[in-house]
Amino acid sequence: MAHTENEILEGLAEIVNEETGVATEDVKLEKSFTDDLDIDSISMMTIVVNAEEKFDVRIPDEEVKNLATVGDAVKYIAGAQN
Amino acid sequence: MSAPRSRVAVTGLGTVNPLGGDVASTWEAALAGTSTARTFDNDWKERYGLSVDFACQIVPGALDSLTRPESKKLDPSGQYAMVAARQAWADAGAPEVAPERLGVVVGTGIGGIWTTLDQWDVVRERGARRVNPYTVPMLMANSSAANISMELGARAGAHTPVSACASGSEAVALGMGMIRDGRADVVVVGGTEASIHPMTIAAFANIRALSGRVDDPQTASRPYDVDRDGFVLGEGAAILVLESEEHAAARGARVYAYASGRGMAADAHHISAPSPEGQASAIREAVEDADVAAQDIVHLNSHGTSTPLGDIGELNSVSTALGGITDQIVVSSTKSMTGHLLGGAGALESVFSVLASHHRLAPPTINIENLDPETPMRIAQDTPAELPGGDIAVLNNAFGFGGHDIAVVFTSA
Repeated sequence: MAHTENEILEGLAEIVNEETGVATEDVKLEKSFTDDLDIDSISMMTIVVNAEEKFDVRIPDEEVKNLATVGDAVKYIAGAQN
Repeated sequence: MSAPRSRVAVTGLGTVNPLGGDVASTWEAALAGTSTARTFDNDWKERYGLSVDFACQIVPGALDSLTRPESKKLDPSGQYAMVAARQAWADAGAPEVAPERLGVVVGTGIGGIWTTLDQWDVVRERGARRVNPYTVPMLMANSSAANISMELGARAGAHTPVSACASGSEAVALGMGMIRDGRADVVVVGGTEASIHPMTIAAFANIRALSGRVDDPQTASRPYDVDRDGFVLGEGAAILVLESEEHAAARGARVYAYASGRGMAADAHHISAPSPEGQASAIREAVEDADVAAQDIVHLNSHGTSTPLGDIGELNSVSTALGGITDQIVVSSTKSMTGHLLGGAGALESVFSVLASHHRLAPPTINIENLDPETPMRIAQDTPAELPGGDIAVLNNAFGFGGHDIAVVFTSA
């Protein structure tokens, strides 16, 4: 079953909260992981590893640097499903 | 002509350990003679065939002050150290000190063993991609020193002595050196360990180091008892804030005691068996360095791990180093209550030594049913022993596998 973009955003917000303490309601599509949410590179990799497991997708390392905002990540995960 | 050496004051204390989640509750439980050894409430014994199924685990709730993201980025050993460091720093009154004049020295015997083994399980069971990206920063032995230096903004240096069960005391000794050498005005020192794991217990049991008293774990740690049969594994961290006497005085800090003398030696003898020469050499050096007379030493917080050979051997080494002047000494092995914190042991016992000097009370040694007749000194047995007023000195020893001998002398404030 593919997840909707809304479900992915919710799931991602939970992961971000769990790993970094950022409130789930602050994890919005337009937010930048580094500039707005203050997430460092190791925490970003932790989020990626958890998101891969949660949504059963693969996010290659070379793609991670393109995921500047939460919206970028949601879009990538949605497209990578199936 | 060189400037006179700074005296090193102890101005802050913090700890999480089996007796308590802070200094006050730890000291209260110690004076009450509390045993913390318990049988595990898990299936390790049946599942793995462990011959020893008990240890002294940190008190429940001791880590509640950490946020969830904080605890996810720290191995348990790093969590213990961080909580203890925050307590010690607050206890010292959060001194204002320039970052380049603030140092950290926090030792550990093993480092992040839980993280190491957990993530190896992840590799085997779920594949390499699932390994936590924080694994390396969590498992590295210097993790606690590094995280505490970041927490406090300490830039004079962050160091991690690794000398098995002497690590915590070596951190105290090296921190004294940072102040004396003029590298820092304030140094946060201590030790941590979180190694109550089936593999570690199996390994210590197979080297015949652990007590096998599975039927009565509460009395298993019994230093100086004729029937002692090994140590009981403990865990936790203790942190002390060391400060140059001038810096402490300038800000009107409360001084618990002075870290006045240190001795460090290596046995170069055997990987696990102690050597009386190395121990006596470290003790002699510490007493000379503190510039006190043997008669001034009224209390020994011993390494006393409850092993057949080690306990009496240590006391004989003390006697050798002090030229037989030991009648004034009352001995405590707090490991009878806390178990053996390995890399945290010397740090927690430094805290006990400082508190003993401050409160003029030697904590009790519990579980002695029949005192070993070879015991050459007076033991504070079952109840605390009062220490004299006036200027006094307290000796603390820590010895580690590998032949690491550390002795520290604390003097009253």
